[in-house]
Amino acid sequence: MLRRVLYIDLGKNESWVEDRYDLFEEWLGGTGVATQLLFEECPAGIDPLSPEAPIIFSIGPLTALFPAMTKTVATFKSPLSGELGESYAGGRLAMAMRFAGHESIVIRGAADRPCYISIRDGEVQIKDARSIWGIPATVVGYILRDVETGVGRRSIIRIGPGGERLVRYAGVVVDTYRHFGRLGLGATFGSKKLKAMVISGTEDVEVPDSKRYREIYNKLYKTVVQTDAMEKYHDIGTPININVLNQLKGLPTRNFKESSFEGAEKISGEVLADDYLFRRVSCAHCPIGCIHIGMLKTSFSREHEYEIRKISYDFELIYALGSNLGVSSPEGVLELIEACERQGIDAISTGVVLAWATEALDRGLITTDDTLGLALKWNDVEGYLKAIENIVKMKNEFYSAMAEGVEVASERYGGQDFAMALGKNEVPGYHTGPASIVGLTVGVRHSHLDNAGYSIDQKAAKKNLSPEEMVDAIIKEDDSRGVYNSLIGCLFARGVYSTENIIEALASVGIEKTEEELEVLGRKIFDEKYRFKRREGFDLEAARIPRRFFETVSTMGMVDPETIETMMEIYRKRRGW
Amino acid sequence: MESSANPGELETVTAPMNAVKGEAEGESKKAGQKKATRKRRRLKVAHPERCIGCLSCMFACSRINTGRASLSRSAIKVKTQGGLEGDFAVVVCHACKDPPCVAACPTGALEQREDGRVVFHRDLCQGCGDCADACLIRAISLDAEGKAIKCKHCGACVAFCPHGVLEMEEVEEEVDK
Repeated sequence: MLRRVLYIDLGKNESWVEDRYDLFEEWLGGTGVATQLLFEECPAGIDPLSPEAPIIFSIGPLTALFPAMTKTVATFKSPLSGELGESYAGGRLAMAMRFAGHESIVIRGAADRPCYISIRDGEVQIKDARSIWGIPATVVGYILRDVETGVGRRSIIRIGPGGERLVRYAGVVVDTYRHFGRLGLGATFGSKKLKAMVISGTEDVEVPDSKRYREIYNKLYKTVVQTDAMEKYHDIGTPININVLNQLKGLPTRNFKESSFEGAEKISGEVLADDYLFRRVSCAHCPIGCIHIGMLKTSFSREHEYEIRKISYDFELIYALGSNLGVSSPEGVLELIEACERQGIDAISTGVVLAWATEALDRGLITTDDTLGLALKWNDVEGYLKAIENIVKMKNEFYSAMAEGVEVASERYGGQDFAMALGKNEVPGYHTGPASIVGLTVGVRHSHLDNAGYSIDQKAAKKNLSPEEMVDAIIKEDDSRGVYNSLIGCLFARGVYSTENIIEALASVGIEKTEEELEVLGRKIFDEKYRFKRREGFDLEAARIPRRFFETVSTMGMVDPETIETMMEIYRKRRGW
Repeated sequence: MESSANPGELETVTAPMNAVKGEAEGESKKAGQKKATRKRRRLKVAHPERCIGCLSCMFACSRINTGRASLSRSAIKVKTQGGLEGDFAVVVCHACKDPPCVAACPTGALEQREDGRVVFHRDLCQGCGDCADACLIRAISLDAEGKAIKCKHCGACVAFCPHGVLEMEEVEEEVDK
């Protein structure tokens, strides 16, 4: 059923559609297809910010058809890590691509002046964006909403100044509240002078047997809304983990120097939900509504005049810009999140880079000459806000290094032991134990949702899993996600979409797969990603694991370097490497 | 999730028309005995401010009534006002007592029954769009084939709203002679 790939060449100002049944037949959709397109489009060894570096978006066979099948995958060569770049976003993009009839979109070349792409069904235009270059990601949305069509069924994705200025961890904002956050897709947009993409369509999706489709739909919908499978995302949302991990000694605090935070309660999901949450929003075709929007009300005069800012918050952001920077006020955390939103830079990477800089200054590796007078200190929200601006403006050599990520900055200025990156990507908010560390090191996406090592640690803390069992769980999760991320479902709903349910859902839209076939496919997709990573120079043997991981107590107690070494050995053996 | 649809509601979804039709028939008999008033069920946006913009209602409408996954074939419309930052507007047919869409239809494709319900004869629709223009609240639209999409107040969307935005209500109205 899926087949269409839209090719857009920004350099030549042209676009065309190709039917690629072959790709979708073999690789299902989503990440399976996007990885193959990346191989086709991306020459080996190129500069990720050169015009030859492609951007690929893909949706999957269940997109827009079932609840929580809301994600779009982007593949690219990461400007941050220099190897596989893969990022997922929700919002309305997947639905808009489906109804515009483009299951994958390939963007080639670079424009010679700022532009944006407008897609309305089969009509594709590359338009002038000079007047919106330099404008914050938040504001670009208002502007394009007025000049483009498709109200209520379109998606508007855009970059902020961070992407334009090639901050290596700049993201792409999707429909105001969601993001292709990680690994620097925003910088790739910026390098192509691509400010935004607006997409809408009016097609619909026919299914071969609508009765069967409705039956399986009802079953899945019921599971999504009526069981506790997704309860945590519905109520407090992902920030419920702030208190949970804090109690488990797994919440990274002040650059991982500690794993519990005395201010955790104040910035917890519970407090945010009680005092700041004013609204919840959904991605298109997901009944959960996990997007939590907080209202930050700031007085700007004595006459009861207020600035009102609406800021979407999640666990990772509160870790990165809260506990990991020692920020203990909800207002402070929300302000820092908003600064990242305006600039269009990844909140996790930003928080980790700032945490490293704070410690580096404290230890005398850098001076206030480097920071342009900012005496960065834990909980110093004003200082951090200024630093974020300096990073995006690349004010001097030091801030330019920070704009390249914590790996590069620490290579130049020192402090690698506490530069918290794995695979050159700033780490998410878990110091739960060895499975988290190993999972992020071996995983293909380098994000917290890679293989959920943090969750394996939490299981291990309860049931005493052996290193072998932990490694097996990592492998199983990574491989099965190859399939799930090809459908493409939101990982928050992964508990709903069991293999059996996936098989039934696929069958109802005319795709017959067996459990074995899906298992083989998942493994194959994983292998393909590793093929790309290795081609671009990734070497698992040379993986750098910051010593800080071994110096701070975790949920699983102190982590021993030898445990990690053992697990890595088991991992390589299990993978047959 | 206390606000989610209960299993009973979901089950009715597979045969929403039967459930509603049965009641409507009963009502029309009643209306026959006593001409002064008539009762019917209509869809109501009871709590628009609870909408999270998930569009499950729109997908339910097109899935159950047309067998497809579609926004453009949905009779209920969730609109954004200023993107996802703004409030959602849920647009449904008001089931007017004296419906302008019926008056505007030149072919009789939209027909008002004695019990007050408006039925749509797809084969008679020639796609002029006069009905859509006549409806101030913009509850009628045209699908890809140019045929009108008109809410039949079947309640399919109600069962799939996770936040209790929608309800079915019974309206009793006097009939003018």
